[in-house]
Amino acid sequence: MLQGTGVLMGTLAASSVLANLAPSRAWALPLHALSQAEGETILQFGRVLYPHKTLPTAVYALLVKDLDAEAARDASVATLLREGSASLDAASGGKFTSASSAKRLAAVKHIEGTPYFSKVRSTCITSLYNNEMAFAHFGYEGPSWPKGGYLHRGFDDLTWLPKPPASASPPAG
Amino acid sequence: MTRFDLNDDSVVVIVGSGAGGGTLANELTQKGVKVVLLEAGKRQSSAAFVNDEWASFGQLAWLDKRTTSGSWQVAKDFPNLPAWVCKTVGGTTTHWAGASLRFQEHEFRARSTYGGVQGANLLDWPLTLAEMEPFYARAESKMGVTRTNGIPGLPGNNNFKVMYAGAQKLGYKECHTGRMAINSRPRDGRTSCLQLGFCFQGCKSGAKWSTLYTEIPKAEATGKLDLRTESHVLSIEHNGAGKVTGVVYADAGGAHQLQKARVVAVAGNSIETPRLLLNSSSSTFPDGLANSSGMVGRNYMRHMTGSVYAIFEKPVHMYRGTTMAGIVMDEARFEPKRGFAGGYEMETISLGLPFFAAFLKPGAWGTDFTHFMDNYTRIAGMWLVGEDMPRDTNRVTLSADVKDQYGLPVPNVHYDDHPNDVAMRGHAFRQGERLYQAVGATKTMRTPPYPSTHNLGTCRMSDDPKLGVVNKHGQTHDIANLFVSDGSQFTTSAAENPTMTIVTLAIRQSEYIAEAMSKQEV
Ligand SMILES: Cc1cc2nc3c(=O)[nH]c(=O)nc-3n(C[C@H](O)[C@H](O)[C@H](O)COP(=O)(O)OP(=O)(O)OC[C@H]3O[C@@H](n4cnc5c(N)ncnc54)[C@H](O)[C@@H]3O)c2cc1C
Ligand code: SF4
Repeated sequence: MLQGTGVLMGTLAASSVLANLAPSRAWALPLHALSQAEGETILQFGRVLYPHKTLPTAVYALLVKDLDAEAARDASVATLLREGSASLDAASGGKFTSASSAKRLAAVKHIEGTPYFSKVRSTCITSLYNNEMAFAHFGYEGPSWPKGGYLHRGFDDLTWLPKPPASASPPAG
Repeated sequence: MTRFDLNDDSVVVIVGSGAGGGTLANELTQKGVKVVLLEAGKRQSSAAFVNDEWASFGQLAWLDKRTTSGSWQVAKDFPNLPAWVCKTVGGTTTHWAGASLRFQEHEFRARSTYGGVQGANLLDWPLTLAEMEPFYARAESKMGVTRTNGIPGLPGNNNFKVMYAGAQKLGYKECHTGRMAINSRPRDGRTSCLQLGFCFQGCKSGAKWSTLYTEIPKAEATGKLDLRTESHVLSIEHNGAGKVTGVVYADAGGAHQLQKARVVAVAGNSIETPRLLLNSSSSTFPDGLANSSGMVGRNYMRHMTGSVYAIFEKPVHMYRGTTMAGIVMDEARFEPKRGFAGGYEMETISLGLPFFAAFLKPGAWGTDFTHFMDNYTRIAGMWLVGEDMPRDTNRVTLSADVKDQYGLPVPNVHYDDHPNDVAMRGHAFRQGERLYQAVGATKTMRTPPYPSTHNLGTCRMSDDPKLGVVNKHGQTHDIANLFVSDGSQFTTSAAENPTMTIVTLAIRQSEYIAEAMSKQEV
């Protein structure tokens, strides 16, 4: 059931901290189960749910990538996503992706609580925030073991508050 | 590798290798007792642990299906994950943070101290702090707890600095880097803490105490321990005289094995322990083993919990260094004029970006949520943990319709917050917010409870066989050679993180079991 025909594409801004994480600034995401329009709807839906002004589209594309992969494995997920994306269009009185941001928000509120909404929202939590691009964007430093931990890399480098006394916080041994 | 025969009925079988079971196994084998330790999970190692929150969860957590009911928020946010516990050698001591506190004297006398609290099933412990003290001391030494035995405290990280500064503004007197089962100096063949910041994912440096690489290898070195991994105990068998005779378990290949035993000690953590007793019902014991009191599974406690996260203008990087890097102990006292019985601790907590997104406010979306994510590097966090009220109706039961991979009913965990829990949580949230606001927080978030990391009380201890499942040694009232060796024994939950007390009870129990065996009482 390879109904997917789409490819999502984009370019990371040269200024983005992520530009040097990726092999090239241009990215492309071929879809296996979803159509291009469905992929774009879900991507914009993700942006309404978790709006981060400067988070590159490449990260939101991971949401589409993960849902597309699940839809390719499980036909019921494909149907859920297809019908759900249509319901977002219906709720925005035309195409969700070309509606105004106020209309998009209203459409998302309209479908809140549906299985489609829950599926996309819960997938966002891992797709958007559990990847290296997100780590770099939000400033989380990821695995520390390969770098010897933070003992000599700033675990106590905060200087805008007074230093606790040694009785409360003894020096490292 | 020591192997005992399936038909060897002179062994002690211990179910579960976590804080309770792993400790008991070591203590007994040191005394020359033969132990078969059955652990449902696989054996990992510091080298195998991963600095990746979801991957580590997949590697170590208990993911077998469970169901929930009741008015607690966890049933809504995590309907099939009531508890965050582990299935692996070492149990939840792989994921735990290491906070190691003794109970306060009055907490062993909750009923006498707090009086009758309506809708709560308070009881005094059949033990006193004085009786526990020598064993607490042994546990602290074994676990290498900082600020005991001359071991210095850990150095505070950034998250602690924020907590400390706020605590001073609020006038709190007892705030420091805690009593932690984490090496601040090399000790017991393990290195000191490298401030990795992945305490909840298994400590790759081995600085944090876990039975996986302390108690269990020590027990193996005696030649008296037969540890069988991927061995999931399905039922406990008994004879016509009402003594337990062994256990049936599914081995790694799924085949059922019957291991005979002289004594069985159950330490599967407070959901699996009562489940195993209930799943072991027979015509002699139709309500489950050791359940003449009807208390097996009841009085499930999980601690009053919640977290406060706060955004500051300047960087914090809370995730750097020990997860529980410090504590405020002032609110742990008993002072009913605050509007609730019992007390609570305030302990720093940090989550990596993936878990922060998952646990900050489950189900939330929109700009309130993304504002916190956007400020991830400028956030400090604390976990609030306090005594919750035992209730008859908060209980682990067997599901009527959902079965696990072995065809056995899964546990349902029912919990309704008691008004005392709600009042305490409100107070704790307010104090946490005030602490952070006092040092310039621009925004704070009240994060609801995570799946229960502390699971207690489902085989409670009492001198009275009508009121409790086990006596003061964790021996079941009904069956002399059946013991409970984990937090299920807790009569009440106290404010403190439970593991220090679980380990202490296991050490104490080992003396009792060894003596009862030598006197031929079991
Ligand atoms: C993230 C996190 C942080 C924590 N931090 C702290 C802290 O700072 N301080 C503190 O005091 N506590 C802390 N805890 C709690 C602490 O981990 C537990 O209190 C403690 O590990 C409980 O010990 P236990 O022996 O009862 O169970 P566990 O350690 O959970 O061990 C039970 C073992 O039994 C096995 N088992 C269960 N059923 C069966 C069966 N049928 N057959 C075979 N094996 C079975 C399980 O696989 C498991 O390995 C934390 C927990 C978590 C999750
Ligand atoms: S912070 Fe310390 S205790 Fe925690 S994982 Fe790292 S080395 Fe281990």
